[in-house]
Amino acid sequence: MTARIGVVTFPGSLDDRDTQRAIRLAGAEPVALWHKDKDLKQVDAVVLPGGFSYGDYLRAGAISRFSPVMETVIEQAKAGLPVLGICNGFQILTEAHLLPGGMLGNDHLHFICRDQKLRVENAGTAWTSDYEQGQEIHIPLKNMDGRYVADQYTLDKLEAEGRVAFRYLDFNPNGSLNDIAGITNEAGNVVGLMPHPEHAVEPLIGTGRTDGLPFFTSILKKLVNA
Amino acid sequence: MSRTPLDTVEHAAATPDVELPWAELGLKKDEYERVVEILGRRPTGAELAMYSVMWSEHCSYKSSKVHLRQFGEKAPESDAMLVGIGENAGVVDVGQGYAVTFKVESHNHPSYVEPYQGAATGVGGIVRDIIAMGARPVAVVDPLRFGAADHPDTKRVLPGVVAGIGGYGNCLGLPNIGGEVVFDSCYQGNPLVNAGAIGVMRHEDIHLAKASGAGNKVILYGARTGGDGIGGASILASETFDDAKPSKRPAVQVGDPFQEKLLIECTLEAFKEKLVVGIQDLGAAGLSCATSELASNGSGGMRVTLDDVPLRDSTLSPEEILMSESQERMCAVVEPEKVDRFLEICAKWDVIATVIGEVTDGDRLEIYWHGGKIVDVDPRTVAHEGPVYERPYARPSWQDELQADDANKLPRPETSEELKDQVLKLVGSPNQASKKWITSQYDHFVQGNTVLAQPEDSGMIRIDEETGLGVAIATDGNGRYAKLDPYAGAQLALAEAYRNVATTGAKPLAVSDCLNFGSPEDPAVMWQFAEAVRGLADACQQLGTPVTGGNVSLYNQTGEAAIHPTPVVAVLGVIDDVARRTPVAFQEEGQLLYLLGDTREEFGGSAWSQVVHDHLGGLPPKVDLERERLLAEILISASRDGMIDSAHDLSDGGLIQAVVESALLGGKGARLIVPDGLDAFTFLFSESAGRAVVAVPRSEEVRFNDMCGARGLPATRIGVVDGDRVELQGEFALTLEELRKAHEETIPALLA
Repeated sequence: MTARIGVVTFPGSLDDRDTQRAIRLAGAEPVALWHKDKDLKQVDAVVLPGGFSYGDYLRAGAISRFSPVMETVIEQAKAGLPVLGICNGFQILTEAHLLPGGMLGNDHLHFICRDQKLRVENAGTAWTSDYEQGQEIHIPLKNMDGRYVADQYTLDKLEAEGRVAFRYLDFNPNGSLNDIAGITNEAGNVVGLMPHPEHAVEPLIGTGRTDGLPFFTSILKKLVNA
Repeated sequence: MSRTPLDTVEHAAATPDVELPWAELGLKKDEYERVVEILGRRPTGAELAMYSVMWSEHCSYKSSKVHLRQFGEKAPESDAMLVGIGENAGVVDVGQGYAVTFKVESHNHPSYVEPYQGAATGVGGIVRDIIAMGARPVAVVDPLRFGAADHPDTKRVLPGVVAGIGGYGNCLGLPNIGGEVVFDSCYQGNPLVNAGAIGVMRHEDIHLAKASGAGNKVILYGARTGGDGIGGASILASETFDDAKPSKRPAVQVGDPFQEKLLIECTLEAFKEKLVVGIQDLGAAGLSCATSELASNGSGGMRVTLDDVPLRDSTLSPEEILMSESQERMCAVVEPEKVDRFLEICAKWDVIATVIGEVTDGDRLEIYWHGGKIVDVDPRTVAHEGPVYERPYARPSWQDELQADDANKLPRPETSEELKDQVLKLVGSPNQASKKWITSQYDHFVQGNTVLAQPEDSGMIRIDEETGLGVAIATDGNGRYAKLDPYAGAQLALAEAYRNVATTGAKPLAVSDCLNFGSPEDPAVMWQFAEAVRGLADACQQLGTPVTGGNVSLYNQTGEAAIHPTPVVAVLGVIDDVARRTPVAFQEEGQLLYLLGDTREEFGGSAWSQVVHDHLGGLPPKVDLERERLLAEILISASRDGMIDSAHDLSDGGLIQAVVESALLGGKGARLIVPDGLDAFTFLFSESAGRAVVAVPRSEEVRFNDMCGARGLPATRIGVVDGDRVELQGEFALTLEELRKAHEETIPALLA
């Protein structure tokens, strides 16, 4: 048996089809979900993909967070449904308060696209268990609003509880506090990050690395073994 | 507030003596008289609006047409060509049932006025051309030219252009995989912002811009129509028609990439369900262009009710609605029984769609406003039968003097130390320096099919996941060469793009071009244009790569000073399996470096002459298209058969520039030896065409040499991939760190 993993398409989602491909390459079954449809089609996990949903108008993720599909995602995530937010998906998760903090414009005020070095700080989540704790990986990063911010109390709490899932190494590409690239909720089922693991799943494509594949094999193993 | 009576066809016929602002709208007296002759009466204001924009240089190609015909007349036989010049974009067969459409266009003038929006809407426009052919856009490329890198205005224009291209293209989800950035003071005040796009479809999905089948509905969908992008129309909006109007409208359009992304998805969904008979995007000349072209290309006429056009500004006059260049709009012709489903798909994507008219069995384009008929024309006279000029042209008087000012006679470096300094100066000069600061503002990865992106020789996209079928695209142009000799310069641009495609392992198939020149009213500029077109058409014929479409941008000049003639050429290639692609970066130490082709003392128009001597004179490198073809065949075979692990074409900056780039990208150095018969200076800096440098694994050396020998391509062993320095034996060595610093710090220092 395999797992069914939903990928939500919002108006302006860009990496939805790429994410479906990554899920397929990992051996799971991708299921397309539509933002206007509350029905999650009984998927076992959900990915909110990257892009510029609603043009990032108002604030990245601020409008999508009110989509009909998000009502169900929020409700089920709280009940333990694994949810991964990539880039714009991460922004939606913070807007939806499934993850704390928020994202501001990059400190250098430019869009940035690069092969980014990261350290896996928490290999215990639903989406990271196929990594080694402390493993250093390269994942493409591309965003305009990637600067993670939170109040000091939240930052301290995230650090103390080991909920910083990924940290930028060598170069902080956007001015994120504590070099934070991704975080998890307390339960470890909801993970958000700015870099794009779905763009690092095939040796020939993009940067030519496959460091992003474990995201999708992690969740597959967890779901199949559950 | 008083309104003048509606200028209907009837009204126009009854009031022959009313003066219309044809001159202010850019029409010449004889052109206006021709409109009157065609119609047999004076035009209505709306008709005048349509003729004036459609007969503009930009839309009608009236100065360039007589020359551009050569692209058709000299087109080589090609099995690959599915749709040629004249449609929104050409379409090429790439095998396995796939077709690829691609095109390059200019958005030069708007980008100087308003860099961000000018460049952004340039991307938007070219992408809609691609969608209109039935294809999913899969990548964009951006050849850019700016004034001197250290000029203060460049710091205004460039960051805005780059942010605009990124802001629009990134938000559309299109990987930006290639292009160029060139600085030259000749582009001060006239930056060239060219934008290219590629789309992929199945053969059966090709759509054309024609309105056929009486009774079929004309649907306008996408953004509402506003007052933006009305250039000359500000005249129409002033006293003559209605005193109460706001008199100035912004001439630069404002883009909304989010709307365009929805437009892409909803159009592709409509195509998939076979709901569309004909389609046209709204770009230059807006509805005037879309309705007249659709009707002109179809079998019947068309009736449109302008009142049904959704407006952003309810005070717009019918003339303004017809001329508006509001972005993110398309026009589809749909059979009546499929209209509901079409509208449903638009609603799904939150795209506004409105039936604004229908195809008739007549042969007239009729447009109504408030119940009155304000346009009644033969659409062909608007869209296709505009004026054609045989502009006078003459070889400029200064051309001989320029060519006599031989760059080969410039003082050359005399010591090893000087040679080394000039290498550092070259690789760190704005034109030769790394453009990472610019290209890192573009998304290269989206869609998950990018095999190669800049700074590779060509961008490469996988189009079939199962078979690995892919396409490659390169754009090149060299205004300095073209200034010295426009005929040769255009051929060198093609040769370089062709070579760049082949260097990555893909087979060149077809060409699109963007011809950027000064004013056609200057006989010297017109000569440059005529020579460049003739050169390009001849070269395309010889290389077997037909021109599938493109664009002409004239009037790129300030006062008397025209830009260098700058034909930018895009070559599209196909590769059976992207796994065989050849990258620029050195892969493994110990691999042998071979220089392919002949190196001559050719420094006219070279980067060296510019960087070291600030000189432009002499003749550009010699063109040998048969050699280019042979070199391409060798590079493609070597890539397919695994004989080379990296390759880089030699062009501006010569061999040393290529080796330094390969070394820095691969993080591996090289030891070079000057081959017999050459001096170190010529070896490093000559820009002879038809050359590439390749890295051959030792195990493949014999096989590779045998292949080159058998086919008669000179292949000279010039060194080995090794260490962390680039060393020219007996002359100098530079560490990768020194080179990286010189190469990568220039652009951020100037522009960040």
